Amino acid sequence: MRRAARILFELIDRWSERVFTPELNPLVQLGALVWYCYWIVIVSGIYLYIFFDTGITRAYASVEYLTNVQWYAGGVMRSLHRYASDAMIPVVTLHMAREFVMDRYRGARWFAWGTGVVLLWFLYASGITGYWVVWDRLAQYVAVATTEWFDALGIFGKPIARNFLNEAAVSGRFFTLMSFIHIAAPLLLLFGMWIHIQRHVQPRVNPPVKLAAGILATLTALSLIHPATSQGPANLDIVPASIGLDWFYLIILPLADRYSGELAWAVALGFSLLIFLLPWLPALKQTPVAQVDLENCNGCGRCANDCPYNAITLQNRTDGKPYKLQSSVNPGLCLSCGICVGACHAASPFRREPQFIAGIELPDTPAAGLRDSIVLASSGLHGDIRILLFNCAAGPDLSSLDDPELAVIALPCIGMLPPSMVDFAIINNHADGVFLTGCRDNDCKYRHGIRWMQERIQRRREPFLREIVPRERIDQYWAGASDLAGLTLRLSAFKRRLRAMPIDNPKTDHA
Amino acid sequence: MRDIPRWILLVLHYAVFAALIGFFSTRPVYRQLGPDLALIKLSFGHAGMHKEDCHKLTPEELAKLAANMRQPVSCKRERVPLLVELELDGEVILRQSLPPSGIAGDGESTIYHRIEVPAGQHDLTARLRDSRREEGFDYESAARVELAPEQNYVIDFRAESGGFIFP
Ligand code: HEM
Ligand code: SF4
Ligand code: SF4
Repeated sequence: MRRAARILFELIDRWSERVFTPELNPLVQLGALVWYCYWIVIVSGIYLYIFFDTGITRAYASVEYLTNVQWYAGGVMRSLHRYASDAMIPVVTLHMAREFVMDRYRGARWFAWGTGVVLLWFLYASGITGYWVVWDRLAQYVAVATTEWFDALGIFGKPIARNFLNEAAVSGRFFTLMSFIHIAAPLLLLFGMWIHIQRHVQPRVNPPVKLAAGILATLTALSLIHPATSQGPANLDIVPASIGLDWFYLIILPLADRYSGELAWAVALGFSLLIFLLPWLPALKQTPVAQVDLENCNGCGRCANDCPYNAITLQNRTDGKPYKLQSSVNPGLCLSCGICVGACHAASPFRREPQFIAGIELPDTPAAGLRDSIVLASSGLHGDIRILLFNCAAGPDLSSLDDPELAVIALPCIGMLPPSMVDFAIINNHADGVFLTGCRDNDCKYRHGIRWMQERIQRRREPFLREIVPRERIDQYWAGASDLAGLTLRLSAFKRRLRAMPIDNPKTDHA
Repeated sequence: MRDIPRWILLVLHYAVFAALIGFFSTRPVYRQLGPDLALIKLSFGHAGMHKEDCHKLTPEELAKLAANMRQPVSCKRERVPLLVELELDGEVILRQSLPPSGIAGDGESTIYHRIEVPAGQHDLTARLRDSRREEGFDYESAARVELAPEQNYVIDFRAESGGFIFP
């Protein structure tokens, strides 16, 4: 079921990549797009606030001035403010759905997931109070429906809806309180957004410039073609019987006033609780987390640099070895991706001991075992050419590939592969070529695995792949769960190239 | 679709996104009240009578109390619930007991009740009991009102002003 959904997402991704280009594919940077929309909302909001009057009697007129007299600036800002806020809802919903479908919400990621649920509440508080402060007929509906909805909780001694009973009773103080909340809630949201990505190294919070420009241009065009307007001044003596509603933010209010406030609370709280608990329904069966072996750690810090989840810190040496630092894993943050193993120079298969131990290891996938798998897989290959294919656990299902020239070695993440293993496979003549696959490019399950791997091969990130290793004997294709066909094509092309290569390359002993 | 230049597709995708945002930001229109209806809101806050009168303590009763608690008069703070009734065109459409607020049951009773009615002429009678009596009401007012469509008609109650207030 999840696999089917994942394949569907990937198919849409492929379409989107064709339209937007892979780098600008919005669907792999939804979190960054929410951040971006947030900044548009803040900048336009600051502009509006300069002209806005927070008093109930003058608020409407001040917004009308912005919209009509100053349409070219204030009007556009108002529309941008509304539409960028609106855009946040579908984008955040997709973000959520995507993390769920790609299974990036359980285990240590519960933190990002759980804080995300809280963000939704701040987001809605910001949006609902935003419609309130315009004090037009829609605002009137929002004020009455929201206070009635809160009264259904039965926690206020006096119904707060009485603040908006009629024109004679209307409470300017309550209105001003809402203007205040409309400033406070977005600030809390920002703080929450910051917390949300605390466990991420190099979080993607900014979309690429071209995508950002495209979105800003789109929202600006929408603002000019279809400006956000008010719906006539509020008058509490007349029920705003029919109004244009912003369904992104206000959908809960019709539920409350048409059915019941209690039902609306049950839906809002029930839904929040349900998604909050999803990381444990069922919980992730995670393999054991990374473990440091001090005997083999010299405190170089590469693992800490490469861990995408801030799970590794460097601490002062405790074992009296002549190094300053040592690596230390916080098990509560570790996702068992093994990217740290790929970064550790001590994970080298060229080491002499048969049962060597790396500075940091995944207990279920020891580095020495990886070397053994290379040797074993290689000895089982009898074709013309021999390819070792490294796949990650979140990569394509390769069980249908039946090819005597190909041996598959699975890793938790492709970033776990130390470059020295590639070196070992090719230079020590265990394979004619090494092929890497896994998640789709730009969408690594562990965020940076693919990129780190590529940079290590390109000698831009340590540990480097030695220059002597012929790069033409390494190929990659990021197939995800859905693109076995593309992978097969790419593999055939790779084989053709390998066949055409002269035999007198560095691994001449193969003949 | 392959032959369509990429940038046209790109603009098309942005346009669909904009259209969705633009549309759902105000459409479909929501109608919260039928076209020929008016809204009556009965809402007020009022404190009912205390459940018991204050009574003078007898010397024996006083002696039983701790020295620092000896006050000559004892007043229970708890109030009676209100009983409110609203009659529309001769028919009782609301009869509700309103418990006092507060943990000790010593606060105001409040009500906030909405009734949708067809616009036009109506006879309204509102009654309230705020005393310890078992039957009948302490306040009653009636009015013949003409309600316009979409009118928000609020019935308030203020004891100082003599009871119910029909605008
Ligand atoms: C204002 C709303 C939100 C913003 C601005 C936001 C932004 C982000 C960003 C920038 C990332 C980091 C992406 C990366 O670099 O890998 C992220 C990750 C994540 N978000 Fe959100 N998010 C929001 C709401 C939510 C919600 C509502 C949920 C789900 C309930 C959610 C779930 C997650 C999860 C599970 C991750 C972690 C993915 C991983 O560990 O690989 N987010 N978010
Ligand atoms: S990469 Fe290896 S040697 Fe370097 S700090 Fe990490 S565990 Fe220690
Ligand atoms: S296994 Fe992954 S998450 Fe855990 S410490 Fe290593 S790099 Fe970090």
